[in-house]
Amino acid sequence: MRAADIEGGFASPVLDSQATFNAVMRAMAEPGTIQAVDREVSPPAALNPAAAAVALSLCDQETLVWLDAGLANTKGIDVWLSFHSGATVTSDPAQAQFLVVADPAKLPAFGSLAQGTQEYPDRSTTIILQVVSLDSGHQLTLSGPGIKGETPLSPQPMPDEFVRQWSENNAQFPCGVDLILAAPDAIACLPRTTRIHVQEG
Amino acid sequence: MTASNNLTHEGAPTMAGATYNFAYLDEQTKRMIRRAILKAIAIPGYQVPFASREMPMPYGWGTGGVQVTASIIGPDDVLKVIDQGADDTTNAVSIRAFFQKVANVAVTTRTHEATIIQTRHRIPETPLKSGQVLVYQVPIPEPLRFLEPRETETRTMHALEEYGLMHVKLYEDIARHGYIAKTYAYPVKVEDRYVMDPSPIPKFDNPKMHMSEALQLFGAGREKRIYAIPPHTKVVSLDFEDHPFEVQKFSEPCAICGSRGIYLDEVILDDRGGHMFVCSDTDFCEEQRNEH
Repeated sequence: MRAADIEGGFASPVLDSQATFNAVMRAMAEPGTIQAVDREVSPPAALNPAAAAVALSLCDQETLVWLDAGLANTKGIDVWLSFHSGATVTSDPAQAQFLVVADPAKLPAFGSLAQGTQEYPDRSTTIILQVVSLDSGHQLTLSGPGIKGETPLSPQPMPDEFVRQWSENNAQFPCGVDLILAAPDAIACLPRTTRIHVQEG
Repeated sequence: MTASNNLTHEGAPTMAGATYNFAYLDEQTKRMIRRAILKAIAIPGYQVPFASREMPMPYGWGTGGVQVTASIIGPDDVLKVIDQGADDTTNAVSIRAFFQKVANVAVTTRTHEATIIQTRHRIPETPLKSGQVLVYQVPIPEPLRFLEPRETETRTMHALEEYGLMHVKLYEDIARHGYIAKTYAYPVKVEDRYVMDPSPIPKFDNPKMHMSEALQLFGAGREKRIYAIPPHTKVVSLDFEDHPFEVQKFSEPCAICGSRGIYLDEVILDDRGGHMFVCSDTDFCEEQRNEH
């Protein structure tokens, strides 16, 4: 491990974590709203800054993190995440409290992840999915708690069959997974309560 | 004598907040609470267990609310703390002073200026806005606890959405009194799924939780639970078709500001039965007086 491998964490871990968490909390409370994540972090290139900031603000020695194949095989990402957060990287997605996924095609089937139980639906995975942008993709129309009526969100790229996969996730309620979509400088969230309709045409 | 006084003065300043982490809690505790808050928001009305810490105040003084506030507050936040609607009671004053000391944040008594409002047993009369967070101090988070003392059983009842016992309780009220006698901590159903204890707010405040613009977080320190209602979320007070939910009504206006349609406290004036009704929400009362 060289010093360069572990550079680029939060400059002020206490305040930067708070600001990043605040963005996640507001994005989770009002699904579809785009919240800026502007605290400076410089993770290894394959990890985008917002996804890295979210991971640093939420993960620690009590959480297991799973990385998709692309990230897991990129040298230095597991070292960087573990060094700055204290989290352990696992190869078993079913064990992980957090998933970091850079390639939407590699998003595991939700059935293979922790979805909580009827008694403890909170014992479920949160997925941090990296996207290129939150407003240039195919438009999804969201509704549910936290949303006044309906609201649009256009992340891209998204996994094939995502809308079908997500409606299956909805059907598991109160179990299910929650999703944090991380563009390089902003995030939006889809908690398990959010329903998605695809805009026709 | 002089020497010992000097010692005390030298020692005192180092205790004045600088030795605490920002907002008192250590970072690992904050992350644990933050993860619980996110799950609570994702499953509205469900009580998320969390590893509640000992706080520098006794249980019952808002340790749950304080831990939630400490985990979400940032240097730019403006904090308001109320106790039964009032900004100037012991609990409110000491919690406000606590956060001034450990987080150096701005504080206010004005509902519309605050970004975070920590509350014991009231929702402000002034409608809350988008972006505000209301943090409730909760003594007993489990609405079924007085009907079923075993946690294992109540957890199963929530899992099975088995809330018949609660309806029986409300029905027995009607059978005995002719109406539902519960006036505070009146149970609600969140988003047609979880029955939730809104904390001991008067039932007068229940309708304010429905489709609120603000995020509502609930912290129970002794019972180690966090739960939440996101903005724009359906919150329905339990009732029966032939005995619909009703809030308290007051025949008199506030004796100080003259407002009607708000929640009033009875204040005893002497030992001969003299009394007056005044606004429970002190900030609202002050604003009404300033307007007239």
